[in-house]
Amino acid sequence: MAAEVIRAGLLTTVQDLGRFGQQRFGVPVSGAMDSRSLSIANRLVGNGDNAAALEITLVGPVLRFDSHTLIALCGGDLGAVVGDKPLPMNRPVWIAAGSRLAFGRCVTGCRAYLAFAGGIDVPEVLGSRSTYLRAGFGGLQGRALKAGDRIEVMTGGESYFLRLREARAFSDDGFAAPKWSVRVDSERLMMRPQLVRFVAGRHWERLTPGVRNRFVGENFGVGAASDRMGYRLEGVELDKHSFGDIASEAVTLGTIQLPPDGNPIVLMADRQTIGGYPRVGEVASVDMPLLAQLKPGDTLRFERIALVEAQKLVHAQTSALAQIGASIMAAGSR
Amino acid sequence: MLNPTNTDLSFSPLGDRALLVEVGDHADPATVARIRALADYLARLRLPGVLDFVPALCTIGVHYDPERWRDQSEARTPYEMLVARIQQALPELASLEVSDGPLREIPVCYEPEFAEDMEALAGAHGLSTEQVIEIHSGTVYTVYMIGFAPGFAYLGPLDERLELPRRETPRARVPAGSVAVANQYTGIYPADLPGGWHVIARTPLPLFDSSRDQPSLLGAGDRVQFVPIGAAAFRKLQRGR
Repeated sequence: MAAEVIRAGLLTTVQDLGRFGQQRFGVPVSGAMDSRSLSIANRLVGNGDNAAALEITLVGPVLRFDSHTLIALCGGDLGAVVGDKPLPMNRPVWIAAGSRLAFGRCVTGCRAYLAFAGGIDVPEVLGSRSTYLRAGFGGLQGRALKAGDRIEVMTGGESYFLRLREARAFSDDGFAAPKWSVRVDSERLMMRPQLVRFVAGRHWERLTPGVRNRFVGENFGVGAASDRMGYRLEGVELDKHSFGDIASEAVTLGTIQLPPDGNPIVLMADRQTIGGYPRVGEVASVDMPLLAQLKPGDTLRFERIALVEAQKLVHAQTSALAQIGASIMAAGSR
Repeated sequence: MLNPTNTDLSFSPLGDRALLVEVGDHADPATVARIRALADYLARLRLPGVLDFVPALCTIGVHYDPERWRDQSEARTPYEMLVARIQQALPELASLEVSDGPLREIPVCYEPEFAEDMEALAGAHGLSTEQVIEIHSGTVYTVYMIGFAPGFAYLGPLDERLELPRRETPRARVPAGSVAVANQYTGIYPADLPGGWHVIARTPLPLFDSSRDQPSLLGAGDRVQFVPIGAAAFRKLQRGR
């Protein structure tokens, strides 16, 4: 046992790093929209990167903890409070039995990740605990949380995190947290228009020069209909071009599709597995967590980079995450 | 025999974590069979860090972890490393047998309560309902690909006499099991879904079940024959499952 859901919030779902191995049967990958924040939150409580946590969207839930629980909150700042004290982000927090975690105003970003030591205990479906809402499987009964749900947590977690628990007395605030935190590049997170790098796709050369220039030259807005499946971009109609028939083929996280109305759609975590629209290209995977923190009305612009650069960035981000993990271990054993 | 020389396949990146192998330039049962043989073969290689193979009409999507395909000297990108590995395996493909996929018989009921668009489809082509049923159930189809939704199979080739563009206004909800046609395909809705295809029958079989090890009844390359049944048999099968 860990917590009871008093209020569910706008869209609170259980997510891990996604469901791979079933895309040939049309099963979307799903998983955390901002996978980097999920991984860091998990490491802060001694979990593996793929442990299931809560993805909280814009308006957060109210949770009451019924046992002492080690948690960490990363990603967008959605105004989390315990009692009337702000809950410190990007660090492990011991929250006392009986404490109430609530969320207020969205300060930065769009999605927060709440990890629990041991990981959320829901059954694996097709190899993952991620919720896929459209087909109603994974996560907590295939749906978003609702009031009255219970969040169960698996036992486990690194032993030093458990020692951390012994060492700390809860203040009157109902939680205890170290002074250190994982440093987040908040300037980059807040950049508007957000800079989103992409690799040109196989239809890029078939777009007219005018369309290509506008795509990298203009700012786009995130449309109101954007969701976990795709971000609809507005502000620059790219063309009512006739592209002819395109044989449907695999899409991936960050594929930028160009439907007939000319407004690009960037495919996100709950994307379908194949698509038949022309594509501009794919967002560099290292920039997907930043894109996932944009909310409707936010602005972005695209910058084209080469594949070699995008894959170097993947390696740099993996190394940076490993370094964060090592610092967490070092801080925790101090 | 598959007999692909290296020039038969072309590769292109799909962002920094996936790539596409292009096997043919138009969708037909022969291309689908080649794709199936190649996808099965690649899956058997158990390439490290390869997460998904996604067969489609003319291509196979390969999703991979670029960190597992790093060239220590950094002379080549992970993409180039993986393409080289797949190309290395190609000579073995020359001797790969391409066999027909397993044949699945799918019982379907064409009676009016399950066939909302039957009259419209028959009318559009000047056919009787009986002729539509005879044509639709008289073909062995190939599963061209699975997509759009979990377990949704695109079957072809559809007899030209049944081809019809999608409905102008899609329905908000097409019931699970609905068998429908659009353009040169016929397909089966695996769940209640929005959709614009013309519904002409329904099957009582569950096409997708996330609690099964293989969640989808059909896979790319399988062959499908529709077997007409009456409403009574439909209900009996539905109860029995």
